[in-house]
Amino acid sequence: MKQMTAPPKEEIAAIVAAENIRQAAQADEVDGVSPAYIVEPGTPAEIGKVLACAGRAGLAVIPRGGGTKIGWGNPPRRADLVLSTARLNRVLEHAWGDMTATVEAGCTVAQLQRTLAEHGQRLALDALWPERATIGGILATNDSGALRARFGSLRDLIIGVTVALADGTLAKSGGKVVKNVAGYDLPKLMTGSLGTLGVITDAVFRLHPLPHETRSRSFTAPSFETLCALADRVRDSRLAYSRVQLRADSGGRALLDAAFEGTRAGLDAQEKQLLSMAGKAELTDSSECWNAREGLWQEGDSKVIASFGVLPTELAGFCAALEKAAAGASASWKLVAQAIGVGQVSLAAPSEDALLAVLGSVRTHAAARGGTLVVLRCSRSFKSRFSVWGPPGDSLQLMRHVKAQLDPDAVLNPGRFVGGI
Amino acid sequence: MRYNLTSMRQPQDGATVVARILGQFREIVGEDGLISQPEQLHTYECDGLTNFRVLPAAVLLPTSTEQVQAILRLCHKEKIPFVARGSGTGLSGGALPVEGGVVISLARMNRILEVDIPNARVVVEPGVINLSVTGAVAANGYFYAPDPSSQQVCSIGGNVAENSGGAHCLKYGFTTTHVLGLEVVLPDGSLVHLGGRTLDHPGYDLCGVFVGSEGTLGIATKIILRVVKRPEVVQTLLAAFHTTNEAGAAVSGIIAAGVLPAAIEMMDNLAIQAAEAAVHANYPNCGGLLLVELDGPGAEVESLMARVKEICTSCAAWEIRLAQSDEERAVFWKGRKAAFAAVGRISPNYIVQDGVIPRTALPQVMSEIERLSAECGLRVANVFHAGDGNLHPLVLYDRSIEGQEHKAEKLAARILELCVEAGGSITGEHGVGEEKKSFMSVMFAEPDLDTMQRVRCAFDPEQLSNPSKVFPRPRLCAEKTGPYEPHPLETAGVAQFF
Repeated sequence: MKQMTAPPKEEIAAIVAAENIRQAAQADEVDGVSPAYIVEPGTPAEIGKVLACAGRAGLAVIPRGGGTKIGWGNPPRRADLVLSTARLNRVLEHAWGDMTATVEAGCTVAQLQRTLAEHGQRLALDALWPERATIGGILATNDSGALRARFGSLRDLIIGVTVALADGTLAKSGGKVVKNVAGYDLPKLMTGSLGTLGVITDAVFRLHPLPHETRSRSFTAPSFETLCALADRVRDSRLAYSRVQLRADSGGRALLDAAFEGTRAGLDAQEKQLLSMAGKAELTDSSECWNAREGLWQEGDSKVIASFGVLPTELAGFCAALEKAAAGASASWKLVAQAIGVGQVSLAAPSEDALLAVLGSVRTHAAARGGTLVVLRCSRSFKSRFSVWGPPGDSLQLMRHVKAQLDPDAVLNPGRFVGGI
Repeated sequence: MRYNLTSMRQPQDGATVVARILGQFREIVGEDGLISQPEQLHTYECDGLTNFRVLPAAVLLPTSTEQVQAILRLCHKEKIPFVARGSGTGLSGGALPVEGGVVISLARMNRILEVDIPNARVVVEPGVINLSVTGAVAANGYFYAPDPSSQQVCSIGGNVAENSGGAHCLKYGFTTTHVLGLEVVLPDGSLVHLGGRTLDHPGYDLCGVFVGSEGTLGIATKIILRVVKRPEVVQTLLAAFHTTNEAGAAVSGIIAAGVLPAAIEMMDNLAIQAAEAAVHANYPNCGGLLLVELDGPGAEVESLMARVKEICTSCAAWEIRLAQSDEERAVFWKGRKAAFAAVGRISPNYIVQDGVIPRTALPQVMSEIERLSAECGLRVANVFHAGDGNLHPLVLYDRSIEGQEHKAEKLAARILELCVEAGGSITGEHGVGEEKKSFMSVMFAEPDLDTMQRVRCAFDPEQLSNPSKVFPRPRLCAEKTGPYEPHPLETAGVAQFF
């Protein structure tokens, strides 16, 4: 690690112009670590130059989009500059005839969707907080929602990327066509790397048409297992669903939500088939059901939120393990899962020890079956007691080698990622 | 002079080293797992791209992950380069052996290890044949979606290396969409697990990076695949147009109408003639032929197919046929799937290209290909995955006529440049391999390639795993990372790059 010096404000101001560098405020803290300055470069080249300058000065840089998920991951070991992508906010190209779009990292998801909708298209992804979350931010955190069941996650939708590496190199990979196997798939590598390998300056996505029509149906049942069994039947059916979501909470509520997209005739036929499969599950109100994931985050900052991945058939078992562990610790919880085997839970417990017991037990349950649990939101003190990422597996050393190749001096988000990368 | 990294670091001739340690290889894989007789080695001197040939020093046929580890540990210790090989059907020379190196054939690691229908997962060894995966789940109504034309013989390990596509990847995605996890032996012999049975493993998406890395990052020894439920209904339509431009307009119309077909394939007149000569698919003799396949719930497919017919008619289709049975559907596809080989009926030699263009550039690129073809007096047959802009121009020539091969290579190269100029790619599914590595510099700038190579250095610092493929020039991993600078050997004039 290089010797840290004071941030060379003048040098950075010469790159981005003085009005685009300012003293950080308390609101700019990253998990309790205070940066010195906020820098807002206006071009990818400026981002590269700022990074190179920071690297030479031995500074730590925290890339930031809308800041909606800035608390995810470990607290940074250091934070000197926050590099904001706010000024790179344009949709550079919507090639609607080719169903692709090139967009700058600082553009919000909603802004992109509005632009694409002008030609009846969309990025087929329901990320959290689209009005504030940026393209760079959802890529860094690999955020995706229920539409993933049909259209895949961001790693399936991104086809090209430009990144500024810590040494200032601007590198492109992938391209503007959906089908392309020339070179390594760095768009996938960057997606979910939490800004530890480079700063994404723009990305290219494959698009999908806006649906002719969408229809959602929700079901309730006395037990979550009943609904999980229904979800298994839907997955094993020939229904062309776009989303299947399961919800449960410590109050005993259990719901299944399904959505279909297509033509009126197609939807009518599929709805009929779905209803015939429902068994003991009963239809209930489906309005707002697709806001459930965001809903978890809106019930006060004190709740811990974790994401998990399990085999689809293990969802019922995972929920039962959560219920059991939470009951033992007098904790309350709420779960929103996708039938493909990913989800998020919110958790409130009387003490940090209780939280620790519940999360530890649920993680152990998931890990024993090949699953994972990652804490997304919790207090700083809790982060010091519980590994937010969990066990990294046997590829940690390889991940460290990748990091060392692309950011050898650990300029970018030091410490925030898996295994303290 | 080609810049040969291996010989540079290893003064001793690679073949001599292999000969010295043959006994150690034999101990690992047994007598019947080792091929070292020259007459037997010839089988492995090339893959599906037969104009590049190199005789390997030895071929090893391991039967387990442990054997692959032991082989790579030994290669690592002795600095012997290795090339992994599946069924050898690749079309870009990805499995071309390296001089003085060994070929590791995964053909004997061909077990399907686990079929988990409730979770739609199948775990296989790399030598398993693509179609066998579908075979293992078909009774439950599932299939393995990536369907390269060679799917009856190509291996999953090879598909992983090349990120293979196929006609149906327009809707279902590529190999990378269907690989959830990998067990990989790294070039130093260590074992890692990337991704897994469940989604979103914390950490970098190294599984995503490995798929499509063309054997340059290590050897996959177990692959966790996702299989897909068969759709309720599949309908295939054949439409004949006067020109490929009219057919192209229909493709754009279908996409613009918000229809996502399972496949849209296009053939021009020369390709149709070839297919007819070979398999008698009974295609109309037209300037541009489209095959459009829709699948999904019956009612949905019915209404969308009606729309597709309208669009084709409005784009001047003069004949439209809808397959009335599975048999008829199979005949529609037979001509298309046989197209490459069929071209052999109308030309003694041909080069297959694999460029990709943004769909909207099709008319412009097609007329330019036509112009170039006329200019150099060589015929070009065109077969496309039209939905995703993946062109397979086949440049026809006769090797026995002096200078024609060279002309054909130049034309094929010019077509790839056209694709890049149109905003596309030099390869959609065949891979870069040996064949197109010099074109990587047409598509990517030096910093782009250098960044990819840094990733390679993280996996394979000694550059033993399929060295000298994919990239136009190697990168010494001990080099200080930093913005691209010319290689010292380059500036010293010691090595000449290609």
